[in-house]
Amino acid sequence: MTDYLCASGLRRAHRLVLGALVALACSGAWADENPKDPYEGFNRSMFAVNEVIDKYAAKPVAQVYDNVAPLPVKASAGNFFGNVGDLWVGVNSALQGKFGDAGIDLGRLLVNSTVGIFGLFDVASELGLERHDEDFGQTLAVWGVDGGGYLFWPVIGPRNVRDTVGFAVGTYADPVMFVRPVSVRNSMAALRFVDVRASLLPSDKVVEEAALDKYAYIRDAYLQRRRNQIFDGRPPRLDD
Amino acid sequence: MMKKLIALFFAGFVASAACAQEAPDVLVQRVTDDVLEIIRKDRDIQNGDTHKVIDLVDKKVLPHFNFTHMTALALGKDWRKATPQQQQQLTAEFKTLLVRTYANALTGYKNQRVVYKPLKMAPADTDVLVRTEVLQPGSKPVQLDYSLEKLESGWKVYDVVVAGISLVTNYRDQFAQEVRNGGVDGLIASVAAKNKSLEAKSKK
Repeated sequence: MTDYLCASGLRRAHRLVLGALVALACSGAWADENPKDPYEGFNRSMFAVNEVIDKYAAKPVAQVYDNVAPLPVKASAGNFFGNVGDLWVGVNSALQGKFGDAGIDLGRLLVNSTVGIFGLFDVASELGLERHDEDFGQTLAVWGVDGGGYLFWPVIGPRNVRDTVGFAVGTYADPVMFVRPVSVRNSMAALRFVDVRASLLPSDKVVEEAALDKYAYIRDAYLQRRRNQIFDGRPPRLDD
Repeated sequence: MMKKLIALFFAGFVASAACAQEAPDVLVQRVTDDVLEIIRKDRDIQNGDTHKVIDLVDKKVLPHFNFTHMTALALGKDWRKATPQQQQQLTAEFKTLLVRTYANALTGYKNQRVVYKPLKMAPADTDVLVRTEVLQPGSKPVQLDYSLEKLESGWKVYDVVVAGISLVTNYRDQFAQEVRNGGVDGLIASVAAKNKSLEAKSKK
């Protein structure tokens, strides 16, 4: 649900994001009951904006892609962007001191870029080199940086302050952003955006049906999922 | 020598007693494989026939779930403030909601494959986590875990965790919000209204 669009990491967006962060910091905390969501007023309005963008732009395009593209094409697109991302995954594994994982990540990149024909096929997984789930937001968490309050952004979706910074840093390290000419770079970023959005289509219906309050459902799912990722799928139990 | 024999005898006794009750991981695997096998063969379900899939879940899955525990977990500390009748009503409504959501997730099942992780469990444990992983082409594997507790009637699931997201505790804040606004009865009414609107939609 959360990996909304690691795609459109255009530099202008960063300035917007950073500007908004500064604005948030200056305006002080909202008076609210939920300590997990200090900026709830701001977030709910951003959520409403995003719902409109998603309904009229992102989702229809993703649905067309999902209906038109045959499964092998979709799988190849997913594999390709997964392979491109494995470099940054590996760097983050290393930054978190998981050097064994980092070796596997780089091994995956080598195998898939060659035997897997530019990453179109995930041969490495077949060989038992498991894909890891790392990003700079998780690295910051492992380093002890505090989450810093939940935020909901249009287009890029739910991220706390730490993950927003992680996302911004991540786009600077994103190989797709170095592709030239710019038109090709933009096409690739757009395709990845659509691919990610399409992969979330099945969960749309579940969220719509399950949630009493969609905003809160997505927020709490995001918070649980990130905690799980930070602890690599083995979070300590929260006892009640 | 005698000691060894007795030990052997005891080991055998304990083992056979344990076999009387299906182990939690065996149970999860059997039910999952069963259900997926049926879905793979059933065109109606693949095309999104909600009622048919709910029937399937009712018959195959529900006997292995403890909904009272799930509802208590979702409500948190307000559970003890609720009257037994309120607890019962809320459990019934929450069950309907969860079953529908879970059932609909199953209709989206197409090219996935489920891998079962080895279970870490001591013989005396009465609360375990069974870990599985759903693999699909072109995507990251999705972690799918079940929390089970041992009751007299066998092992029962009391939480389902998808990619680290507990489908049960994810309701906690929403439930607390409803209770703040309209008490436990307000919460029951909200969940019931949600169920009604979903039911009406599926009939269209």
